[in-house]
Amino acid sequence: MALTTIEKIIAGHAGRESVTPGEIVWIDLDVRSARDFGGANVVGHLRRHYADKPVADVEKTAFTFDCVVPANTIPYAENQHTCRTFAREHGVRLHDVDAGIGSHVMIEQGLALPGTTVVGTDSHLNLLGAVGCFGQGMGDADIAFAFATGRTWFEVPETIRLEVKGPPLSLPCTAKDLTLAIVGHMGSKGALGKAVELYGPALDALDLAGRITVCSMATEMGAIAALIRPSGALLTELGERAGRALKETWADEGASYCGQEVVDISNLQPMVSIPGAPAETVPVAEVAGTKVDSVFIGSCTNGRREDFEAAAALMGDRSVAPGMMAKAVPATREVFGELLEGGLVNKLYGAGFVVSNAGCGGCASGQIGMTGKGEVQVSTSNRNFRGKQGMGETYLASPLTAAASALAGELTVPEVV
Amino acid sequence: MAKETVLQGRLWVLRDAEGVAIDDIDTDMIFHNAHLAITEVEQMGQHALGNLEGYEEFHAMAKPGDIVLTGRNFGSGSSRQQAVDCFVSLGVTLLMAESFGAIYKRNAINAGFPIMEAMGLSDLTDGDEPWVKTGDEVKIDLESGQVTRLSDGATHQARAMSGVQRDIYHAGDLFAYGKTL
Repeated sequence: MALTTIEKIIAGHAGRESVTPGEIVWIDLDVRSARDFGGANVVGHLRRHYADKPVADVEKTAFTFDCVVPANTIPYAENQHTCRTFAREHGVRLHDVDAGIGSHVMIEQGLALPGTTVVGTDSHLNLLGAVGCFGQGMGDADIAFAFATGRTWFEVPETIRLEVKGPPLSLPCTAKDLTLAIVGHMGSKGALGKAVELYGPALDALDLAGRITVCSMATEMGAIAALIRPSGALLTELGERAGRALKETWADEGASYCGQEVVDISNLQPMVSIPGAPAETVPVAEVAGTKVDSVFIGSCTNGRREDFEAAAALMGDRSVAPGMMAKAVPATREVFGELLEGGLVNKLYGAGFVVSNAGCGGCASGQIGMTGKGEVQVSTSNRNFRGKQGMGETYLASPLTAAASALAGELTVPEVV
Repeated sequence: MAKETVLQGRLWVLRDAEGVAIDDIDTDMIFHNAHLAITEVEQMGQHALGNLEGYEEFHAMAKPGDIVLTGRNFGSGSSRQQAVDCFVSLGVTLLMAESFGAIYKRNAINAGFPIMEAMGLSDLTDGDEPWVKTGDEVKIDLESGQVTRLSDGATHQARAMSGVQRDIYHAGDLFAYGKTL
């Protein structure tokens, strides 16, 4: 029987030849992770329910601190230390407050690989579809069960086949603009409970950073996961990180899809999500001129070296507008190192940015500060629900749009550089 | 030991100012991230729906035994368990929605907390009136998916519990169920 990618990954981890959408199967989990967000509750469940044997196969488990790093409230500090103590007792791998965003760290460490299953307490863990991996965010009880047993139940989702028509991206359009076009087309519930396979020349041409950007917003269209077929170059890169040759797991010819979607990007323009609704996207041109108080470049969507390079290239020697609060947060320690080496920290600093250590940045309880009521922010992150990044109005946009808006002090369509 | 599978209670239908059931109620509206450090279920109820426009005082008005109905994609957003547990804290016995966010659905099922997908229910009308309104007494059969309006006995078919959902519900929660495997 011909299977879609997600069906193939699930079947392979359920010890089955094939699976059918709608059926519930038990699957083996290759990596079980928890963050500082939710992690303390995971530990609480483990101590309460599995005091004698709380971790199955400890090499497959990890804590990744990324929400509030280092802790800026006492409860967060206590939650982190709860995880740290548990990790030391049981030998669980720990990526502490210096490491950065867990999903990215797991790619860099060669833990999240094509065809594997990875779970954690991060609702954007499905961004691992960027490397053809089935990543899934889950609640703390779910993750505690996964730590203790190495398995979970899962309802096999249907799969949508989404074709992006048009040529590879050209500046000023970036992976984020493509992402916002896709999410805008699908809507917040367009892929609810389903997996999405993405195809097209624009996707084939994306590097790892761009693929992460696209797949990081699967959650914003309700999807279980969004998956892009790994290129040969990506398989080589990931293989080097993992220390072994990798092969892909991808859909069979003739697999059965519940829907076919086409997104035409022939006339793509730089896009933004309007405040409060990630899936309500419009060209930047439609809101250009809106006064902007602050800009955030970072997050699991746009926190790679390539994102900061793009922003820095656009800014050149210019500085942010007077009164602008500009914040930059690399996704991981590895990215931070690249920014230091490439002189990008100096450039961002010189342009007037606050540059912070690696982490989730503005998305989670304010590692780099929140927005106040009435404040207008342009953010490169993936979610701008009311209150999520503070009480201000947050537009979601690409690093180029964020940089151009930081320079001008108002929402600005980035120029080609 | 088998638990109650027929629930009866007072209904809340979360509608906006125009009377439309609210879609996309996300986890920051249900349980805002400012309160994430709270780990005791007893303390969570006071924040339930605290960031949902028009329902900021829900926690003070809800009674144990109440049933909640919302629109599509309820609980979209983050993986926080508190967004489920805050209803447990208030004694709400069942959440119904046109559809749920994927993580939210798992969190509720794993906690042994009854949720039901009730496609079409919030949009249903009875003449010019909605078929169900806040304050209606309803009876819900989790096994069959039947929703009964007690005022006149009219019924609507929603989705019955799945196998895993039933097993976890009767066991108590995912951990208790896991020990039976």
